[in-house]
Amino acid sequence: MIHKFNLNGYFIVLDVNSGGVHVVDELTYKLLDFVADPLPEECPREVLEALTPEYESEEILETYGEIYELYRDGILFSADDYAQFADRMVASPIKAMCLHVAHDCNLRCKYCFASTGDFGEGRRLLDFETGKKAIDFLIEKSKGRHNLELDFFGGEPLMNFDVVRQIVEYARSLEKEHNKLFRFTITTNGMLLDDAKIDYINKEMSNVVLSIDGRREVNDKMRPCINGKGSYDIILGKYKNLVEKRGYDQYYARGTFTKYNLDFADDVLHLYEEGFDQLSVEPVVSNPSEDYAITEADFPRIFSEYEKLAKEIIRLKKEGKAINFFHFMLDLDQGPCAIKRLRGCGCGNEYIAVTPDGDIYPCHQFVGMKEWKMGNLHDGSFNFKMKDYFSQTTVYNKSDCGDCWAKFYCSGGCNANNLQYAGDVLKSHKLSCELEKKRLECAIMIKAALAE
Amino acid sequence: MKHIKTLNNANLKKTAVKGGCGECQASCQSACKTSCTVANQKCEK
Repeated sequence: MIHKFNLNGYFIVLDVNSGGVHVVDELTYKLLDFVADPLPEECPREVLEALTPEYESEEILETYGEIYELYRDGILFSADDYAQFADRMVASPIKAMCLHVAHDCNLRCKYCFASTGDFGEGRRLLDFETGKKAIDFLIEKSKGRHNLELDFFGGEPLMNFDVVRQIVEYARSLEKEHNKLFRFTITTNGMLLDDAKIDYINKEMSNVVLSIDGRREVNDKMRPCINGKGSYDIILGKYKNLVEKRGYDQYYARGTFTKYNLDFADDVLHLYEEGFDQLSVEPVVSNPSEDYAITEADFPRIFSEYEKLAKEIIRLKKEGKAINFFHFMLDLDQGPCAIKRLRGCGCGNEYIAVTPDGDIYPCHQFVGMKEWKMGNLHDGSFNFKMKDYFSQTTVYNKSDCGDCWAKFYCSGGCNANNLQYAGDVLKSHKLSCELEKKRLECAIMIKAALAE
Repeated sequence: MKHIKTLNNANLKKTAVKGGCGECQASCQSACKTSCTVANQKCEK
C-alpha cells in the first residue's frame, strides 16, 4: 500500500508497510496512478500510452525503472507482513500509570472532559496511603520492565502537592531494590505554581505539561477561574519561570483548540513568541452538540491552518530556530518499532489510570465509566480479562484501520474516543482520523522541506 | 536517482523482528492525553 500527496509544492509518496518516504517529481507522481502491485519489470504499454502526450517516452521509461528499483528493494508497494505479529499480541506488564491525585480543580475550563475536575464522582483528593498502594501495584505488575512512568494528573494535581511529594519520595525509595526507574510527569494548569513547587518539579519530573491555550482572549474564553475571570495573566509568568529554570528542556506548553479558535496556528505561534519552544495545541474532542465542538465542516479551515503552521515551522527551522510542535514530531528512522505501532497507546494493558478512591481504569479518559472499571487498589480486585481485551486492540483488530495508510502512525487512535464517539473501542472516531492524517502529511512534508 | 529521492532507511519491517521491548514511553504520558499519536514517540533502544 502506498499513500501519495501533493503539499506545499512537494510530491510525496509514503510506502506504508516499510515506512519508506519518497519525494518524487511530478512525472513519478502521475505514473504511480497507473501501476499496482505486482509490478512487471518492463513498463506496461498502457502506462506509456497514458503519459506520452505529456512526457517523452524515454523519460517515462527511466522513471518507471526507478519505481521498479524501489519496488524490488521492498520500499515501494511493500507487502504487509505484520498480521503475524498482531496475532501474537499478549497481555504486557503494566508500566505506565496516570495517577489522579486530585479530582478537583481551580479552573472551570469549558471543554473539560473531567467534568471540571471530579469526573462526575465528587470532589476529592488522593491520600498518601492510596498513592503508596498505586506505587506498590505498579512495581508488582511491571515485572520485566525497568522504566516506569507515572503522570500526576487531575483535576489539578498541584491542589494535592504534598501528597505528590510523598509519593515521589516513596517511589524513589523503592527504585534500587526493585531495579526500576520512575519517570514522573505532571500535567498542571499552573494556577498554584510557586518557586518551591517549580524547583521540586524541575528536580523530579522528567516531563511537565503546562496547560495554556494560546492568546490571552482565546485562553480566557475557555479556561476561566472559578470566579469567571481569565487565567492567562496568572499562569503565563509562572510558566516562563518554570521553563527558564528548567533550561527549556522536557516540557510542553499544551493547549486545546476549539471551534472558537480555528486560527489556532496563531495560538501556537503566540506561545512560541512568548518563549515556549516545546508546543502542543490539540483539537478538542467532545460531543458534537457542544457549541465549541469541532465538526467535519471545520476541516477545510483546520487543514489550511495546519499547513500554515507547518510552513512557518519550516521557515523558523531554516533560520536555525528551535521549535517543536508535538503533532508534527516524526522521526522517520528511529521512531517506535512496528510492534509498538501495532499495539497503539497501550491503554488498559500497559497503561492504566488510578482515581483518588483507588479505582483502576484503562486510562484517564475512561475514568467514571463504571462498566470499564478494571479494579480497585484497596480491595485488590483487578479484571485480567479486560486487560486481555485491551491487549488485543491492535490496528489489525480495528475494522477501519486495516486499509488506512496512517495506521502505523496513530496506531488505531484513542480507544476512549472510539468508544465515546464511534460507539466501540474497535471502531474509529472518524473526525480524529481525518485530523491525524492531515497532521501526518504536514509532518512528512516538513521532513521533505528540511531535507533540501 | 533522477526522479525520486528517498528520505529515510524505510526500516519499519526490521523493527518488527527485534522490537516490542516495551521500555518506551506510553504515548499519552508525553503531552496529548486526548489525541493518540504513537509514531512521535522515541525508541529507547
